[in-house]
Amino acid sequence: MSDSNQIKYAKTHEWVRLEGDQEAVIGISDYAQNSLGDITFVELPSAGDRLTKGESFGVVESVKAASDLYAPVNGEVLAVNESLEDAPEKVNDSATGDGWMLRVRLDDPSDLNDLLDEASYQAAND
Amino acid sequence: MSDHKKDSSGPQTELRKTPLTAFHRDQGARMVDFAGWEMPVQYGGILEEHRAVREAAGLFDVSHMGEFTVAGPQAAAFLDTVLTNDISRLAEGRAQYNLMCYPEGGVVDDLIAYRTGPETFLLCVNASNCQKDFAWLEGHVGEFDCSLRDDSRRYGLLALQGPKADEILKPLTRAILGHLPSFALEESSVAGWDVVISRTGYTGEPGFELFTPWNNTEPLARAILEAGESAGLRLAGLGARDSLRLEAGFPLYGHELSEDISPIEAGLGWAVKLGKAADFIGKGALKQERAAGSGRRIAFFRTGQRRILREGTPLFAGSREVGRVLSGTLSPMLNEAIGSAVVEASVLKDRTVEAELRGKTFPLQWVKPPFYTSAHKST
Repeated sequence: MSDSNQIKYAKTHEWVRLEGDQEAVIGISDYAQNSLGDITFVELPSAGDRLTKGESFGVVESVKAASDLYAPVNGEVLAVNESLEDAPEKVNDSATGDGWMLRVRLDDPSDLNDLLDEASYQAAND
Repeated sequence: MSDHKKDSSGPQTELRKTPLTAFHRDQGARMVDFAGWEMPVQYGGILEEHRAVREAAGLFDVSHMGEFTVAGPQAAAFLDTVLTNDISRLAEGRAQYNLMCYPEGGVVDDLIAYRTGPETFLLCVNASNCQKDFAWLEGHVGEFDCSLRDDSRRYGLLALQGPKADEILKPLTRAILGHLPSFALEESSVAGWDVVISRTGYTGEPGFELFTPWNNTEPLARAILEAGESAGLRLAGLGARDSLRLEAGFPLYGHELSEDISPIEAGLGWAVKLGKAADFIGKGALKQERAAGSGRRIAFFRTGQRRILREGTPLFAGSREVGRVLSGTLSPMLNEAIGSAVVEASVLKDRTVEAELRGKTFPLQWVKPPFYTSAHKST
């Protein structure tokens, strides 16, 4: 459990944090929320829906634009952050905390090995 | 994550800078290319800046806007032939909203005309249309006894807008603001700098636009910001400027007005004086349109939810396409998506008009703007 709090990033700006052996939480990066600006709406799947790595699972909208969200892993949605419906600004305020989007059951936790660690992700955005 | 709309900006060219460009960067602004100018879109967040303007005050750099001086014995007579409103009735020290039209009735630009002297006018035009407008005026001035000068680089322009605008400006100027009605201007000074103070704006709030020599703009902005800090004054960018104008129901050229949209369709017939003596460009076409009625209208809508309907979104009555969205944003005051559209006039009364977005349909509710009325009416 040494790296249970470790956060991994997709190049498409989603993050995944492993919680336990099979579950993970997903959101968008602080870099992403900052470049989107004020977030006005988040469209997410429902509990029970399937996530397919690399495919769109929802949309995040800001005053500026609407952007697709891409699944960084394969899995099943266990829960969605319903509070974002009325308070999407949570993603701006706390992208990797209160602004989380999905809790998923991973098909294969080793999917995370394909993702970037914090340092590589930051370097990719410099 | 990826944008639905790809960045369409072309090859990098040198952007023009206002006198405040360096200042904006110091203030942490996010800078964007707007009509070839490097402009602040936001300093903090757009929604927060929007609310600050509605609740206290905001200071905007709008130095990118164009200013032309038209002077001479026949300045008024000339302007009456290219502008739709009644310039000859514009008193010295007053401002007037105007359209400049093509012969077919479409719009070259919308602008504010200021009568700064008996024979002198200042036209304040959109940055995006500045060159086109000046060329249009030069092309039509003909034998009229007046001069045209592009003063866009002489004037910096700040907009101080919001319910606290008067309170903030008052201690900085000898002008008696209480005696300055809406659409009036006064040559005065602010914080020691020469300024033409005009009670005009683009937010629906009380406030001022301050014209000052280019190089005075930065110290003037600093002085106003410092004086307004305790009243809650904030810098506001083009993002908030756009959502404020849309909430107020003001048109933006390139959206609610264009070469293809007439002022009558846009609901701006009040600024088209078909009865004035001068034969202005577009008069015939607009007269005909007013008599026959417009087949299309620009209308404003609420959606009752937060998904923004973006420019270009098609609108349907049943299965028939009846129009498209021209501007869309989230109204920070109503907390729902609002916008404007061009639609067939016949569907406005009793047909349900819907937009489709990602497989869902959203019925529109037509609204006569403003969407939000300032609690602090302009004097």
